[in-house]
Amino acid sequence: MMRFIVRRLLQLIPTLLGLSILLFLWLHRLPGGPETAILGERATPASRAAIRKSMGLDDPLIVQYGRFLKQLLRGDLGNSLNEKRPVLDLFLERFPGTIELTVTAMIIAIGLGIPLGYLAAKRRATWLDHLSVGASLAAVCTPIFFLGYLIKALFAVNLGWFPTFGRQDTTIDATRVTGFYVLDGIMTQEWDAALDAMHHLVLPGLTLASVPLAIIVRMTRASVLEVLGEDYVRTAEAKGLTERRIRGRHVLRNAMLPVVTVIGLLTGGLLSGAVLTETVFAFTGIGQFAAQAIDNRDYPVMMGFILIIAVVYVLVNLIVDISYSLIDPRVRVR
Amino acid sequence: MALLNVEDLTVVFGGKDRADVRAVDGVSFEVRAGEVIGLVGESGCGKSVTSLALMGLLPPKGNKVTGKAIFDDGVNLLSTDQRTLRDMRGREIAMIFQDPLSSLNPVVPIGVQVTEVLARHRGMTGERARKEAEALLDRVGIPDPRRRLKEYPHQLSGGMRQRALIAMAVACRPRLLIADEPTTALDVTIQAQILELLKELVHQDGTAMIMITHDLGVVAGLCDWINVLYAGRVVETASRHSLFAQPTHPYTHGLLASIPRLDSVRGDRLNPIPGSVRDLLPWVEGCAFAPRCERVLESCVEGPPALVGGAHAYRCVNPFGADS
Ligand SMILES: Nc1ncnc2c1ncn2[C@@H]1O[C@H](COP(=O)(O)OP(=O)(O)OP(=O)(O)O)[C@@H](O)[C@H]1O
Ligand SMILES: [Mg+2]
Repeated sequence: MMRFIVRRLLQLIPTLLGLSILLFLWLHRLPGGPETAILGERATPASRAAIRKSMGLDDPLIVQYGRFLKQLLRGDLGNSLNEKRPVLDLFLERFPGTIELTVTAMIIAIGLGIPLGYLAAKRRATWLDHLSVGASLAAVCTPIFFLGYLIKALFAVNLGWFPTFGRQDTTIDATRVTGFYVLDGIMTQEWDAALDAMHHLVLPGLTLASVPLAIIVRMTRASVLEVLGEDYVRTAEAKGLTERRIRGRHVLRNAMLPVVTVIGLLTGGLLSGAVLTETVFAFTGIGQFAAQAIDNRDYPVMMGFILIIAVVYVLVNLIVDISYSLIDPRVRVR
Repeated sequence: MALLNVEDLTVVFGGKDRADVRAVDGVSFEVRAGEVIGLVGESGCGKSVTSLALMGLLPPKGNKVTGKAIFDDGVNLLSTDQRTLRDMRGREIAMIFQDPLSSLNPVVPIGVQVTEVLARHRGMTGERARKEAEALLDRVGIPDPRRRLKEYPHQLSGGMRQRALIAMAVACRPRLLIADEPTTALDVTIQAQILELLKELVHQDGTAMIMITHDLGVVAGLCDWINVLYAGRVVETASRHSLFAQPTHPYTHGLLASIPRLDSVRGDRLNPIPGSVRDLLPWVEGCAFAPRCERVLESCVEGPPALVGGAHAYRCVNPFGADS
């Protein structure tokens, strides 16, 4: 098992290297070159030349790439053009919010999606099945910002059950430890702050969860249906095992294999969903930050965001592969 | 007294937009304690459906089961509730299936698949269950059982997998074992070993067994009593001795002729019955076998033949032996 993980980690190196080359080329080929990215479009030719020189933009590409890679490895993503501060710091400040949001969304999507998908398969062709299939189709088809506004208008503005924006009520003076508001509240035992932070997470979490939830329901349903027809489930029935045993050990365990893969892909994709969700709910996180960066053409920040998305994808895929091999012994041998 | 008394078992598959299929059509037989009986017939004659109906394992929808199957003078397996059945399955009645690879859960170690039966019906857990599982694998002839317990199905050979499934089936010393073509998916040499093993196990434990097969050769050395099925009905039922000595129904004759013999010349074609089960007549119109039968008479298609004859009964108006 350890060897499997190490091997997978080593395989990540070429992936990440390839990614860094793409990013580098992207920056290099920006209209007007990197100097425009830094100075803006109305810079004078003289200042352009100066910055080209100071940044070594006239060096051979390979040398520039080497320098770029060295900076990346040091965690140096450059300075934000807008805020004149290191991009990495800006992201680190906003990361906890996004992590809280995506984790909430995934808990909702997995926690509801798998049981619903299982039930839909078990009660195939009943109203429950039709409802969940229909609803998940609707969820996939609805643009996420539209759904976000809808949810906000209904539950926050009209009914007033939830806050309309932000991560924490401004009247609450909470102590900050980690930047994860829920965690902070629990650690400092400021329960009202923790609860309030959770309260703020519900609607954006639900919005962000909609697409993954729908896909997980459908995947689980299809997968469970297939497994229910397998001979080994019939064997388990023939042994007189309880329904619970059969469900957990024989049906779900096998049915989860394709679902795990999909969950991995969806988790990677959540960051792009977070851009819209965080914007709708004025939720401070890297998604909202990236959206602003796109508005302002803040290239270093955009680059940082792309890098983060890529790294998250790669890591999540690693986790998927590992959990897959934990569930399915046949993968380990290969 | 019979351990299992099946009376007029009928299974009809049907749905809103399908024609009804009478997969099993009024089958009756009995199994006495410790006895081995055979259900023999070609593909599609309703053998598996019969066994699944007895186990209560038919799909919950799309079929209708009627008749009686009284187990041990008590419960009717066909009408009792799933809870009772669940308690009986694996403990009183166990089953072995045709394809050992697909019948084992690929992602669960063999050991767990054995111990879960012990936990469910014999309340064994932990080390005790593991020891018992090891003994069971040993009993069904799996070498190095301690190591095998930790392995997964894909690491075992076909014969070993079927042995493991047999170990699960006999784990609670059931009183009835249903084996649905347990050797069809295996190599010929392995087939003989598995049959020998089953014979030994049921003999030692005094377990009754229903051996389902399309091969009369399989039942020849194993069964005390044989029922030959055709298109969902019993067409001949007799003790092994009587059936092989005086096969009466033309279909049984055909089956016997199609057993490969060791002394047959290589390249000699087996003697299969011409036609296939598809060319059957619905029983209501006459003998379903008539379209393929070499002894067919006009009276064969004038209504369904009844099961006649004493202990050795057959469903035929022009049986072998009638004209000699
Ligand atoms: N779920 C089902 N729905 C509809 N028809 C079915 C179903 N299961 C079985 N049948 C039909 O019942 C008949 C008997 O099938 P069964 O599986 O019992 O045959 P078998 O004797 O076991 O054959 P084999 O030797 O191929 O295993 C077949 O004609 C089959 O098409
Ligand atoms: Mg069958």
